[in-house]
Amino acid sequence: MAAAVRIFLLVLLLLGPGGWGQAEPPRDSLREELVITPLPSGDVAATFQFRTRWDSELQREWVSHYRLFPKALGQLISKYSLRELHLSLTQGFWRTRYWGTPFLQAPSGAELWAWFQETVTDVDESWKELSNVLSGIFCASLNFIDSTNTVTPTASFKPLGLANGTDHSFLRYAVLPREVVCTENLTPWKKLLPCSSKAGLSVLLKADRLFHTSYHSQAVHIRPVCRNARCTSVSWELRQTLSVVFDAFVTGQGKKDWSLFRMFSRTLTEPCPLALESRVYVDITSYGQDNETLEVYPPPLTTYQDVILGTRKTYAVYDLLDAAVVSNSRSLNIQLKWKRPPENEAPPVPFLYAQRYVSGYGLQSGELSTLLYNTHPYRAFPVLLLDSVPWYLRLYVHTLTITSKGKENKPSERSPQPAPPPPLPLHVPQHLSSQGYIHYQPAQDRMQPHLLEMLIQLPANSITKVSIQFERALLKWTEYTPDPNHGFYVSPSVLSALVPSVVAAKPGDWEESPLFNSLFPVSDSSSYFVRLYTEPLLVSLPTPDFSMPYNVVCLTCTVVAVCYGSFYNLLTRTFQIEEPRKGGLAKRLANLVRRARGVPPL
Amino acid sequence: MVDTCFLSQGLTTLAGLLLLPFGSLAASQIEDQAEQFFRSGHTNNWAVLVCTSRFWFNYRHVANTLSVYRSVKRLGIPDSHIVLMLADDMACNPRNPKPATVYSHKNMELNVYGDDVEVDYRSYEVTVENFLRVLTGRIPSSTPRSKRLLSDDRSNILIYMTGHGGNGFLKFQDSEEITNIELADAFEQMWQKRRYNELLFIIDTCQGASMYERFYSPNIMALASSQVGEDSLSHQPDPAVGVHLMDRYTFYVLEFLEEINPASQTNMNDLFQVCPKSLCVSTPGHRTDLFQRDPKNVLITDFFGSVRKVEITTETLSLQPDSGVIESSYKKDQMVEELMEPLKYAEQLPVAQIIHQWSCMNVRVGL
Repeated sequence: MAAAVRIFLLVLLLLGPGGWGQAEPPRDSLREELVITPLPSGDVAATFQFRTRWDSELQREWVSHYRLFPKALGQLISKYSLRELHLSLTQGFWRTRYWGTPFLQAPSGAELWAWFQETVTDVDESWKELSNVLSGIFCASLNFIDSTNTVTPTASFKPLGLANGTDHSFLRYAVLPREVVCTENLTPWKKLLPCSSKAGLSVLLKADRLFHTSYHSQAVHIRPVCRNARCTSVSWELRQTLSVVFDAFVTGQGKKDWSLFRMFSRTLTEPCPLALESRVYVDITSYGQDNETLEVYPPPLTTYQDVILGTRKTYAVYDLLDAAVVSNSRSLNIQLKWKRPPENEAPPVPFLYAQRYVSGYGLQSGELSTLLYNTHPYRAFPVLLLDSVPWYLRLYVHTLTITSKGKENKPSERSPQPAPPPPLPLHVPQHLSSQGYIHYQPAQDRMQPHLLEMLIQLPANSITKVSIQFERALLKWTEYTPDPNHGFYVSPSVLSALVPSVVAAKPGDWEESPLFNSLFPVSDSSSYFVRLYTEPLLVSLPTPDFSMPYNVVCLTCTVVAVCYGSFYNLLTRTFQIEEPRKGGLAKRLANLVRRARGVPPL
Repeated sequence: MVDTCFLSQGLTTLAGLLLLPFGSLAASQIEDQAEQFFRSGHTNNWAVLVCTSRFWFNYRHVANTLSVYRSVKRLGIPDSHIVLMLADDMACNPRNPKPATVYSHKNMELNVYGDDVEVDYRSYEVTVENFLRVLTGRIPSSTPRSKRLLSDDRSNILIYMTGHGGNGFLKFQDSEEITNIELADAFEQMWQKRRYNELLFIIDTCQGASMYERFYSPNIMALASSQVGEDSLSHQPDPAVGVHLMDRYTFYVLEFLEEINPASQTNMNDLFQVCPKSLCVSTPGHRTDLFQRDPKNVLITDFFGSVRKVEITTETLSLQPDSGVIESSYKKDQMVEELMEPLKYAEQLPVAQIIHQWSCMNVRVGL
């Protein structure tokens, strides 16, 4: 190794500055992409993805020359021996029922999960330092991540990149549902982009428009990927994604037409000069056949058709590197106009969506319920449900029940009568029933939260309810937040599922397909992997009266002063006989005046 | 011709005679310039801006802090030298009718939040303990750099605090207080550790003057928005936002600072006159007995800006390229030899493997 280095340097010296000055193909590349999807409910979703691929081995050698890959993240990977890092900051909630399956959903608040390399000796120590460093980079209070909200999932969150083995002891996952996302998180995120917010698609990222939305999610994903189709060497991929959902009715004053300028108050003028590819995709699927319903302006030069999330979709493609689309004299403002208002038809329902809620009354006990909906007419599929519940909600696992209510699918009847099969309760952990498998790790007070992972087979066309009862604990008075009457958050459940596709997907090369198609590795073309999150829950804990210590001090001191003081006076006071005062009228008048003045009498 | 020559000679001698006193005047001007150059002993500027109030109706405290942040950034202090602590989020609060904005003037004239803001301590992190740790430098080792006050003995530090306060204390987030004695002791610790050259302390709370009564360390100048026994009042409500946007004292300080640019020569005496009783209703106070320089010699930009003393030179320096140094320090990323067997991606939901893994784990636990 050392000899090779010496020969290498010798060759460099012999070649001289001429050899060193030769242009070398850069080893990192940037692709940026924006996908605009009109949602069934009338809103518009926009997903930005900026992907930097770096053909380098960060682990083995000392790297000092950073070009497109940000140095802050590169140093993080090598210092903490990370294999994968996923951080997302989200405001709002993705309504899968009305908006369809998302490309990549994130839970409300902050979510951080990381896979460490197998060489790390103390994973918890590295995890703590990693969350502190990230809190400084992204101006988020990620330093609140500690052992009370970190879990080690045993089956969910498999690595999204290349993996040798999957020993889950090197995985850590934490969610902070209370985390606020605002411009101060967007600012450092934008500064990590190679073109910052000066050129390319990132000029559209203006905070006052991006936060006036129903859903705002920004994320950073770092993982190792295949460098070529044969996959014999490894590159590092950094994806920065930002998804927003604009409420078309609020921002568009009632009309469903939208344009880039109306959404972002900017138009696209040039691609990022450092980018290899810079494209805008507009989803024109449902309206492809019937051109009378809508019109996309300017008309696209190319279209892209592929199987995305199980269904065949068509996208209009605008390539910013093409001079015909964007040039010095012409900026790109994509507009969608509805020529004829669409008929009122029921929006298509996704095959899998979920809902979660807390029920019960009072401040002592309650019940957590998760409803999983499988709307596929004939296929059943498995779902992996991960629940991480804070320690102060004491779960009673013997009350865990999983029931499925199926609807009989009778096409002959107009309104089918549901004949619910008898519920199948699952008791844990005595035996493993055919309904589901459970892994449960109980909580330890003030040390770790509950971890409940369930593998449930959802029957076709059914609603499955998973419910568990809990009891609320009383915290020590210093453990309450400054606003305890707001409530305490329970982090969202994570559903990982392989949903059957309507159309089989062809596994393609990741470098050829657009970025939104290469988020999750595809192993089986008959189903696609999806990770959904439920709502976070807000639970009230019994809150003490924080003014009580002050009240107690006042009361005790008063009682002590009155009782003890009186006894002390009685015991120690001496009494003396006072001579009666002799004096004339003048003296008495003078005394009256003096008493009125508050001065002692003569 | 000769006459003009004579005349020109005479003129030059006359000019020479006239310029002699100017020459000595120029010498004294150079002395003045040199004195100005070394007027203030600081080489870098830091700012610690703290808002201690939580909840939507305390919007004005966040707007106060952000307006000082905005001025300080505009006058040159970079984000890496500013520690901004906001106890609650107003810009992306669900009650804010205009998300990602914080206004200081009604009718939404001035958005002090802007597009390029970096908040170092937010929400529950703004506690008395964290504030004192930032000031004294006794921070856990894992704290990131942006959350530290890395000042040295040549730093001028501006400390601005706002919130609800009383006689001798300032309330942090409705749950704890910092007293004026603790603050004075923290400044003394900073002085002992030589963490500042000069310190400007501004506080905008009710009875703010009580907070600087107990200072005893040298080189501290303090301003407060009201005397002991007086309340600091808020400026104006905005009907669209629904709350009061700013406090009076900081509003007029902001208007004063908007006139300042990095080259201005305004001094501290002007800042003391900023909000007279007619505008502020309360009586702003200041304390300069611990400060060594005369306030009329202290520029506003000594604390609010980051003005570097530069000397322009017209000499040129040519640098010799040293090829040996360049090549040995830039080690090329070596191409890694290709691996023998191809790697693959992990399967995201391997059902059979999960079932097997869990049944083994359950068996091991003895269920």
